[in-house]
Amino acid sequence: MATNILMPALSPTMTEGTLGRWLKKEGDAIKAGDLIAEIETDKATMEVEAVDEGILGRILVPDGTEGVKVNAPIAVLVAPGETAPAASAPPVAALAPPVPAPVAAVPLEVPLAAANGDRLFASPLARRMAAQAGIDLAALHGSGPNGRIVRADIEAAQKGASAVVPAPAPAARAPAPAAAIGAPHRLVPHSSIRKIIARRLTEAKSSIPHFYVSMDIELDAMIAIQEKLNAKSPARDQPGSYFLTINDVVIKAAAATLRRIPEVNASWTDEGMVFYDDVDISVAVAIPDGLITPIVRKADQKGLLTISREMRDLATRARAGKLKPEEFQGGGFSISNMGMFGVKEFSAIINPPQAAILAVATGAQRPVVKNGALAIATVMTCTLSVDHRVVDGALGARWLREFKTILEDPLSLML
Amino acid sequence: MAEQSFDLIVVGGGPGGYVAAIRAAQFGMKTALVEREHLGGICLNWGCIPTKALLRTSEINHLLHHVQDYGFSPVTAAFDIAAVVKRSRAIAKQLSAGVTHLMRKNKVTVFDGTGKLAGKQTLSVEKDGKPVATLKSPHIILATGARARQLPGIEADGKLIWTYKEAMVPTAVPKSLLVMGSGAIGIEFASFYLNLGVKVTVIELLPRILPVEDEEISTFAHKAFVKQGMAILTGATVKGAKKATNSVTVTVESEGKTQDIVADRVISAVGIVGNVEGLGLDGTGVKVDRTHVVIDEFCRTGEPGVYAIGDLAGPPWLAHKAMHEGVICVEKIAGQKDVHPMNAGNIPGCTYCRPQIASVGMTEARAKEAGHTVKVGRFPFIGNGKAIAMGETEGLVKTVFDAKTGELLGAHMIGAEVTEMIQGYVIARTLEATEADLMHSVFPHPTISETMHEAVLDAYGKVIHM
Repeated sequence: MATNILMPALSPTMTEGTLGRWLKKEGDAIKAGDLIAEIETDKATMEVEAVDEGILGRILVPDGTEGVKVNAPIAVLVAPGETAPAASAPPVAALAPPVPAPVAAVPLEVPLAAANGDRLFASPLARRMAAQAGIDLAALHGSGPNGRIVRADIEAAQKGASAVVPAPAPAARAPAPAAAIGAPHRLVPHSSIRKIIARRLTEAKSSIPHFYVSMDIELDAMIAIQEKLNAKSPARDQPGSYFLTINDVVIKAAAATLRRIPEVNASWTDEGMVFYDDVDISVAVAIPDGLITPIVRKADQKGLLTISREMRDLATRARAGKLKPEEFQGGGFSISNMGMFGVKEFSAIINPPQAAILAVATGAQRPVVKNGALAIATVMTCTLSVDHRVVDGALGARWLREFKTILEDPLSLML
Repeated sequence: MAEQSFDLIVVGGGPGGYVAAIRAAQFGMKTALVEREHLGGICLNWGCIPTKALLRTSEINHLLHHVQDYGFSPVTAAFDIAAVVKRSRAIAKQLSAGVTHLMRKNKVTVFDGTGKLAGKQTLSVEKDGKPVATLKSPHIILATGARARQLPGIEADGKLIWTYKEAMVPTAVPKSLLVMGSGAIGIEFASFYLNLGVKVTVIELLPRILPVEDEEISTFAHKAFVKQGMAILTGATVKGAKKATNSVTVTVESEGKTQDIVADRVISAVGIVGNVEGLGLDGTGVKVDRTHVVIDEFCRTGEPGVYAIGDLAGPPWLAHKAMHEGVICVEKIAGQKDVHPMNAGNIPGCTYCRPQIASVGMTEARAKEAGHTVKVGRFPFIGNGKAIAMGETEGLVKTVFDAKTGELLGAHMIGAEVTEMIQGYVIARTLEATEADLMHSVFPHPTISETMHEAVLDAYGKVIHM
């Protein structure tokens, strides 16, 4: 019997995605576990496995289609000898989550309700409770069988505990049309990552009360140590060779600072302040159509070499769009380094729900005053952007001073 | 003795275990089932099924004594208890053989013996103290069930003091019987023997019989049983028991009075304890709380790769609960997406006495305790045409709704065939129907199920036939 293959939700926040490329053609036989398509999600490209077997009867959504809603039919799977009927009639064949699923893996939560704008599945009780509480069912994710909205979902929405979009006021529903642009131009549709960046950063800059603290940090002592350590590396391309960058040292120093001043490794939530146990640092990496923040986890417990190798691997895979969701989702603190572009100083937008981000500018020789006399030092300006709900001015300043102390006296990291 | 590897192993071949094994096999898993005695477990061999065979006999016996009500001249028919038991055992055997067939059909490898965890992902199987096999699997489901709880001082001896097991295979019908405990098991045996003409006394520690049921249903049942000749002592504690050669004298204190009750046989039905012993749980992450294995909503224990389902994992001790747990446990293991925890409030309970009792969800008292403002509906069988035509006018259906949302919080039924009808309310609860959906449903006429419709209508002041 023909079954629909649906657009999978590759992360809990995903509502739509881009069908990058089919890896199978119409008429190909598919076994469970075969990789059948590449889906471009919020932040990365992932390959999707088939769960059911059969023949790929018809592709409904061609390569490169953007804005495919989660759970919209993307192809029809048929039995050998069967012809594919029109879309949407057949029942649903599930797609496996993209992570290779060992038998015991906990599958991702799949938001299903009203994803395709068709029939909304909700129990009579849920409908009535939603009506009584003034909750828009279309904004809920059903947790019942086949994504049906059930009582528990309404109760969760009432408590505000679930990841639910509150029913927007009718006026807010239709966004104001953009002013017509008269000048000659070309319109490039937003990639999904562009949309995510736009949404998250608008949310961050408009909802988080930012303030900024800057310090000049002298790097000469650190560079001397960096050079000594790099000199110990086996020759390039030899096994075990390495090259420590300033960025690696900055990650290590920030991690040590966060361990010493853990109040900054935190998030604001309505229920209370979240203080993270681990020091997980998100590091911004530029990728062709945006940026992504892979995470160096437990960075305070890792040596420079481990951090350096991990960062290199994460950055390489980030640029190739091959990060797994768990490698870029989470983190308690961010670093954005634009030193390689010669930037003198800049301030960064906080990466929510984190409470701080460190903007690292270029290290360059500058005149400084030492003991009343002019001298030359390699100086780097760092700016910490802070969520004032979580961190007050004095604490932010203390954090940056500690960070500066570590970088200017890197041997203290040995203690 | 070679080591064998499986994708999934089930320990215990009762209704939870064998259903889990079949579901696993349906996913293409290489599945093993370890059973120490006989496939089908207590349910099929010593519980649900053979007792239903016995109760059918007692029901027919009751009808035979009332044939003149239906236009027959009186008949005298005597039963032969040996033949009654033989029929019951044959039915159990037939069904057990059916499970054997299902295992073969689904290519489940059955090991005859006792399973015991023996290290990570390892289960050793022994028979009569001798090792049979060592099995390896990343997923081991424990489904070893439960057994009758023993009351200290009045332990069942199998001769004068019975558990359910001896009560099911009597060699002779006792003249008098004392049943300790008025839960489903106690009441079913009390009703069975009462309908065979035995003088039956039921004693219950709590203030009313069938204490988990709605109070109105308990009261209704109490009156019905007393009318049939049953003696019932509630709020009663057993002070001691003295055994003679062919009778037991039980000292019972009830409502401040102490009395000695002499009975040929005593049935002890005072609860259930989980079969947690000998499973090799020591040193694992499996937690045991009051003889039951602690599990999460998908039957996972504290030990990765070890699961528990059914009676072993705690109340309600019902085969259909065990079967459902077996299914969701395996579906979760298989990585199925649309697996949902079982809602304990949607598990029906059935007691096969005469009149039958069935219920789902909250009692009226429980609903009020939970903070609901309730609307309650009732409809007696005497107002139902089909019940009158069948001569089964003793019965009541009670519904409890949340006054604000119209949620069916609970449904409670007593009367003929209610165990076959409760599923209507179970489906309503599972689908989260409100009173409106139940009212809009067309119930077939003439059936006893119309009482279910009327009990809903009554909660909203719209009852027709009353």
